Amino acid sequence: MSFFGFGQSAEVEILLSDAESRKRAEHKTEDGKKEKYFLFYDGETVSGKVSLALKNPNKRLEHQGIKIEFIGQIELYYDRGNHHEFVSLVKDLARPGEFTQSQTFDFEFTHVEKPYESYTGQNVKLRYFLRATISRRLNDVVKEMDIVVHTLSTYPELNSSIKMEVGIEDCLHIEFEYNKSKYHLKDVIVGKIYFLLVRIKIKHMEIDIIKRETTGTGPNVYHENDTIAKYEIMDGAPVRGESIPIRLFLAGYELTPTMRDINKKFSVRYYLNLVLIDEEERRYFKQQEVVLWRKGDIVRKSMSHQAAIASQRFEGTSSHPEARTPGQLSDNNSRQ
Amino acid sequence: MSDAAVADTRRLNSKPQDLTDAYGPPSNFLEIDIFNPQTVGVGRARFTTYEVRMRTNLPIFKLKESCVRRRYSDFEWLKNELERDSKIVVPPLPGKALKRQLPFRGDEGIFEESFIEERRQGLEQFINKIAGHPLAQNERCLHMFLQEETIDRNYVPGKWLSSPGLTICLPSFSLAFGHTVGTLLRSSFLRRGGKLWAEVLGF
Repeated sequence: MSFFGFGQSAEVEILLSDAESRKRAEHKTEDGKKEKYFLFYDGETVSGKVSLALKNPNKRLEHQGIKIEFIGQIELYYDRGNHHEFVSLVKDLARPGEFTQSQTFDFEFTHVEKPYESYTGQNVKLRYFLRATISRRLNDVVKEMDIVVHTLSTYPELNSSIKMEVGIEDCLHIEFEYNKSKYHLKDVIVGKIYFLLVRIKIKHMEIDIIKRETTGTGPNVYHENDTIAKYEIMDGAPVRGESIPIRLFLAGYELTPTMRDINKKFSVRYYLNLVLIDEEERRYFKQQEVVLWRKGDIVRKSMSHQAAIASQRFEGTSSHPEARTPGQLSDNNSRQ
Repeated sequence: MSDAAVADTRRLNSKPQDLTDAYGPPSNFLEIDIFNPQTVGVGRARFTTYEVRMRTNLPIFKLKESCVRRRYSDFEWLKNELERDSKIVVPPLPGKALKRQLPFRGDEGIFEESFIEERRQGLEQFINKIAGHPLAQNERCLHMFLQEETIDRNYVPGKWLSSPGLTICLPSFSLAFGHTVGTLLRSSFLRRGGKLWAEVLGF
């Protein structure tokens, strides 16, 4: 960012110290493209170096200070000017002065708290990034590097099935059952629909996964519903006493964990929508919320080799110190 | 709770189906035919009536078989009643064909055979679509249209009560704490016309 030919300009690069070993994860950008970013978890240290390369090695670079920031922020698309920063750390790398040659500066943000998962949605974005800034009189030289954060959970202690009898009086009575109320992102929804009374002409039945992104508070709440999946589970007309099985593999769909009231700015919730369609295209549906959570598949380096193998085989041990139980969904919830 | 590396995808247990349910007649039998158009009257007082024959085993209809004669304006009456009293989006009727009713036409106008057949098909589609709608079945006007000899235009509009003994009362199950094998949550039965709206019926 400098005027053509005037003064000195520099190229800034941010390099992570563990770039070779650190995993990268795919994350969707705002325009829908998928890109890979370095993957971090809550509590991990973010360290590396900022390298400054002078474009013209004969001229010197005057500056008002060099710093690196680690930022976690929420950006609402309808209010782009305001970024809500929930994590903001800064390290000064150099005091105001001048450079005559290229240089690198080490930095370390130790055990950084990353309380929320990175999220790029329809109306809101939550991102974490490093930002190196060379302050100058006219325009700063800025370089940003996005990272992706995943929040992990362990198997919930309480994970009751969802079982309900619903219907329209004298017309359609069904009992549906889903084997769990909390599913991890690579889980399988196993369930069944049992027909108690069928007085309408059903043509087929499907189960949809609906993602609801809620932004805003109070009177300005906005819900964006997105049907992530439509999965036909029955074709044809059932009669009383028939049971239709459900087996829906979640790994094939683009899902995120359930996010509730993130920093009081937005929520992302998931619903299973059971839809019956009759011969006149009328749709009878029943929506039911499910909690999605992300299972950790990494093994902590502090564990012994044996424990590491055991943990891989029985992936349920609560050996993740930062892992939390998914959501606050009360299992005593008797509301539908 | 430990878990195998591969998820358990076995089907949930279900009750075996009763054979009389499996092989018996379905509970959703409803067929309405519109046929046998007949033009009655002379000159400008002519009009066409159609036979509306209904066969059903739905308990909400008093007669399991009925046959009545209706004309186009009766269908219009039904459409208006339903649009006013129920929350459903009523499907369209075949056209009024006003142009065909103008004088000095080369053909028979609204008594032209091809037109009557076209109209008959449209009316059949219309009535079948409506009669299967759970909310429309709640309206007295529909039952009068389908099963009574004549339509009393001075009737009192209102909801149709199903025969006594058919209302189903389900208890509310309270949640059993600590139940490990599935917990039966509270049943929800929507009384017809309760919380339903338009063509999208949630339950």
